[in-house]
Amino acid sequence: MAGKVITLTSGKGGVGKTTATANIGAALADLGKNVVCLDADIGLRNLDVILGLENRIVYDLVDVVEGRCRLRQAMIRDKRLSNLHLIPAAQTRDKSAVSPSDMIRLCDELREIVDFVIIDSPAGIERGFRNAIAGADEVLVITNPEVSAVRDADRIIGLIEAEEKGSPRLILNRIKAEMVERGDMLNADDVLELLAVQLLGVVPEDENILIGANQGVPVALNGKSQAGQAFRNIGRRILGEEVPFLEISSDSGFFGRLSRFINPSGR
Amino acid sequence: MKRFIDRISGKQTSANTAKERLQLVLIHDRTDLPPGVMESMRDEIIDVISRHVDVEREDVQLKIQQEGRQQFLLAEIPIQSSKRKRGR
Repeated sequence: MAGKVITLTSGKGGVGKTTATANIGAALADLGKNVVCLDADIGLRNLDVILGLENRIVYDLVDVVEGRCRLRQAMIRDKRLSNLHLIPAAQTRDKSAVSPSDMIRLCDELREIVDFVIIDSPAGIERGFRNAIAGADEVLVITNPEVSAVRDADRIIGLIEAEEKGSPRLILNRIKAEMVERGDMLNADDVLELLAVQLLGVVPEDENILIGANQGVPVALNGKSQAGQAFRNIGRRILGEEVPFLEISSDSGFFGRLSRFINPSGR
Repeated sequence: MKRFIDRISGKQTSANTAKERLQLVLIHDRTDLPPGVMESMRDEIIDVISRHVDVEREDVQLKIQQEGRQQFLLAEIPIQSSKRKRGR
């Protein structure tokens, strides 16, 4: 098996890296792929609680790297999907416990046994970020439509390109249709124009994200959640399917189309 | 609806303000060229070119333009017309 390693990163903290990692992993597993979600945020682990697996942890990433357990022993199987696994980060160590070459070696091993490895990167542009992208075949950047998040996303895109990981694809998270509608939020076109990268998905603001996090259930497994639908679509696009983007922006409405007709560049 | 009215009336929305501010910020983040350095670079370019041809010093413009994620330095250097030169 030749699996694919995908790292999610953002630069800025709090934009939804961990939520997106859990949901993309769950979406791909739900589509029948063997998936490992790997938490590379050593010292500040959270992927375990988002996936609802915090009570099952025995071994972690640092245990694997330092040879205290076999790789399989650190892979916690998900409660719902038997083909979804988590390798948690160590909570009582720091980023320096693992090196980029450790990560490359680990990713090589994982590629042999699963279809997808989805890595949750820590915030920032230092060691933890370098660890998280070291073994990646593809890097995804996630951002919010906020000036600070977009600026940090641009910085991280520059660093990813400098590491010769190719041009990352973008996930735009927490879009509020009403705010875009009244001109108080950057829309997907604005952000894509600024960052000049390819779009992988647009995820709407959705209370189900918080509810799912409360319960330890990724929304991608919730058929009624709009954000869940967006993450399932992202999963299918990762598999190479062409899935149309969810209509979230005001441009889908009559007035949006009319104004685009009247003033095509005025966005 | 509001954005629609704002668009046709040309009113500035906060999203447009954000976009314009980000456009400028990103240019300087990507190139690591603070505005002050651009100024002194402009003056040095004028000095070099002035050794060979008379230029309209005040109208020289040095800008950063982007195409995708690639940045370009763009200099616009108007040359003094020989007619005016003769008139001096």
